[in-house]
Amino acid sequence: MRLDVEAADIQALARTAFGTLKGATYLMFRVENPEAARRWLAALKPTSVADISSTGVMEATQVAITAAGLKALGVERVAIDRFSPEFVEGMTGSANRSLRLGDVGSNSPQCWEWGAGEREPHVLLMLFAAPERVPALEAETRAAAERSGLEAVATLGTNDMGGVEPFGFVDGVSQPAFDWDRARTPGTKADRSYTNLIALGEILLGYYNEYGFPADSPTVAGHARNAYLLPPARGQPDTRDLGRNGSYLVFRQLAQDVRGFWRWTHDEAARTGTDLRSLAETMVGRRMDGGPLVDLQTGLAIPGVDPSDRDVNGFLFDADPNGLSCPLGAHIRRANPRTADAPAGEDGPIDHLLVMLGLTTRRLRNPTSSTLPWEKNTTVWPYLRHEDDAVASSRFHRILRRGREYGERIDVSEALDPARPDPKAGLHFLCLNANIGRQFEFVQGAWIASAKFAGLTGEQDPLIGNRQPFPIPPISRTPQRTDGFTRPGAEPQRRRSAGVPQFVTVKGGAYFFMPGLRALKWIASV
Amino acid sequence: MIPQDRFVIVAEVPKDRVGPLRALLATITLPGHPGAADPMNALLPFGAFDTIHFGRFVVLEDNTLGDRAVYPQLPKDEPTYLCFMVDCDGDATALLSRMARECKGLRQIFAFCADYDASADFEDWLKKRRVKPAASYVNWAGRSVLQAREEAQLRELLRDALPKVSSSAPQQMLAELRAAVWERVKLTPIPPTPSDWRLRNLAHFVLPIVVAAVCLIFFPLVTIPLLVIALIAVAIELRRRELSDAIVANGYDPEWVAKLRLGEDHDVTNQYTAMGSIKPGKFRLGLELVILAVIDWAARHVLTRGGLGRIGTIHFAHWTLIDEGRRAFFCSNYDGFHEAYMDDFINKAAFGLNLSFSSAIAYPQTDWLIKKGAWREMDFKRFQRRHQIPTDVWYKAYPGLTAHDLARNLRIRNGFEKAAMDDDEIRRWIAEI
Repeated sequence: MRLDVEAADIQALARTAFGTLKGATYLMFRVENPEAARRWLAALKPTSVADISSTGVMEATQVAITAAGLKALGVERVAIDRFSPEFVEGMTGSANRSLRLGDVGSNSPQCWEWGAGEREPHVLLMLFAAPERVPALEAETRAAAERSGLEAVATLGTNDMGGVEPFGFVDGVSQPAFDWDRARTPGTKADRSYTNLIALGEILLGYYNEYGFPADSPTVAGHARNAYLLPPARGQPDTRDLGRNGSYLVFRQLAQDVRGFWRWTHDEAARTGTDLRSLAETMVGRRMDGGPLVDLQTGLAIPGVDPSDRDVNGFLFDADPNGLSCPLGAHIRRANPRTADAPAGEDGPIDHLLVMLGLTTRRLRNPTSSTLPWEKNTTVWPYLRHEDDAVASSRFHRILRRGREYGERIDVSEALDPARPDPKAGLHFLCLNANIGRQFEFVQGAWIASAKFAGLTGEQDPLIGNRQPFPIPPISRTPQRTDGFTRPGAEPQRRRSAGVPQFVTVKGGAYFFMPGLRALKWIASV
Repeated sequence: MIPQDRFVIVAEVPKDRVGPLRALLATITLPGHPGAADPMNALLPFGAFDTIHFGRFVVLEDNTLGDRAVYPQLPKDEPTYLCFMVDCDGDATALLSRMARECKGLRQIFAFCADYDASADFEDWLKKRRVKPAASYVNWAGRSVLQAREEAQLRELLRDALPKVSSSAPQQMLAELRAAVWERVKLTPIPPTPSDWRLRNLAHFVLPIVVAAVCLIFFPLVTIPLLVIALIAVAIELRRRELSDAIVANGYDPEWVAKLRLGEDHDVTNQYTAMGSIKPGKFRLGLELVILAVIDWAARHVLTRGGLGRIGTIHFAHWTLIDEGRRAFFCSNYDGFHEAYMDDFINKAAFGLNLSFSSAIAYPQTDWLIKKGAWREMDFKRFQRRHQIPTDVWYKAYPGLTAHDLARNLRIRNGFEKAAMDDDEIRRWIAEI
């Protein structure tokens, strides 16, 4: 069943990163006076998907609200509780969540500049415009908000680094494509191969997701005050849909230690006889210019990868099961392992059945050899083992990244100059998803922060891991280290790094809901 | 190899003694780590028994009996039990006897049970309350606790030695690595498989095959039509029930989940215990027993090398029926976060979840036994969290090690002990260290 996309009700961030508007700023407020704040909210004019498809925009405002914000605005508890549990609890809501997200040690919420306790934001305004326009826009918007019973908790500026993140790598090369035309039926045989085209219900509530069901959406009773503003909930009589066309927005401020990263890489490259740049590139899993690492066979036709993009994104890791081209633990391999529903791709029904039952260690389809420094081309494991099926199918764990960089941009030689002050740079990581637990938290917890990803042990994401030992006494006899990084290949004695420092520190974060425009009206009218 | 075995003791606890029993059980956990056993606690020092892989005490207190409202033929109330479960190497009965004799604390724990009799022979009392799981799964048949620990140590030593290797030629590297750790590593030879166990296991393996073969070869004209008729009848009855079974809503209680989470993520492996009622009637119970028998047989003879189907993260798992088949509980020990475990299960083995749990009241609606069900992701996730209960005390013999770690360490050991390897084998072997 197809559901029409209600473009005029969806905030445009779901469809565009506003890439032509090079300036952006994020304003976070707490509600002091609910009544005035609701009036202010009602007067906002967030840009919708319909607005951007007709004409280009010169300025855009997008709005998102935390669970604490809904409460402060006067939305009743019973309605808030119908949102997803992760959102209701909040990013800092439990010690267990903080542990799973890696928000412990110097990443822990009590060290954050914003996001926890009294510094938990209620409302997030995202402003996009030309860079020279941003300061005035920010000042106007902030003044208007402060006149309306809102208190600013954080004002987070951004800096357009020309598509490069502070370490110097081209960023945002690979994104999932969302199926706005609803052309694909998820869960068919086609999904035994990797797809980059993802169901709309993975970013928007009210649409079919990768399981073929509509993502869970919060509702309000039909007789609730002003409920007529909301669309009727499908299949639930006398109920209105508060979630439809909305999306959960995850915001994390990630401070990057640019000098620390390049200094450690410099020393480690010298110690292991590697080239500085190539060591950094194997940690990321891409070249600094965004291209894939040598040897990954590119140019594959993958659903949801634009043909013009095939040289940078038309590749799979299937052909590199041992990580000889791109290490298993490299950042991009963790963030999106490009796995499919079946570990061995498309095959006959008998093979498929045997694989599903776990009865076979069948031959890998195309174990391409590697020209990396191993002497012979036989170092690829020829058989599929349980370890090779350790990673979940990607299509259930994709997020739409919408972040922007902040701080000063310095290049590698500047980073290595001891006299150079810290550029105080980082990433305002923003992503959209429909199920925080299965998407953002899974990627962050099971893939990025986990020291056991893909059957590895003792290493987290080489860029953003927190390096906290786990488990620790008294659970284990000694603290189990997580600060390694392995680059498989020849001369293995020189290809393992131990004691990788922490390069990225979380400075703040929150789970927001980016409502549809009707839902925003309703929230402003409670 | 040393075969793995288990015992499961289920004894009734009067409802008014559940609180004090839980309080006692909490004293043998580590402070700040709810549910994580202190390995050397005074009541039952799991860690003192070097054959125990996993152990747990869990009060089987069912929160979902209210769901039986749609089936008035089922009793409204059921007893609360204390479950004591151990996965071990070698004979579990002998271990149980030894524990009954040596651990005075065990008596103290079971003294909370309804019909505990201080004057009775305790070992006998326990054995009378032993139940056999309907299905059991062991990640790697034959790998003992000692072996897991020694192989982990071997890997650590090799890992430390690797950066100091001077040569780049594979045979030289192997020789250097062996020389570096040879003196310091202890690898107890793997004992031969007990011949009586081997015989019993073989019989268990061939019996269903022989019976099926005899029926099909000697009485094909009877067996085949009977099978076809039975299958059709079961399919029709199953479908009728799937379409008409009451749909019981699975609410999400954030406070309950917060409580469950307190016992999670102390280690890379987590415990899971869930219980619930089986839909009434002989049909559902019969189907459940047949399915669990098949799972048990497959787990014992086929899925013995690192994976329950495609799921490679489960160490041990048991499905146990209680109350004459009115209820069941499931216990597992899995690697990773709870959410990741559930996603893994749904995406890789939804059919298996549906097969083994769809006879439960309130299970998300299935189509033809294996389709939909768990694939209704959020319905399933709420269902399983609602049925999950906190594991009061949980012990794991090798903290920090996942099933994948254990499998890799075994490969490293095999290479280490192999008389000769060619260059490629050595390269692969070193890549694993």
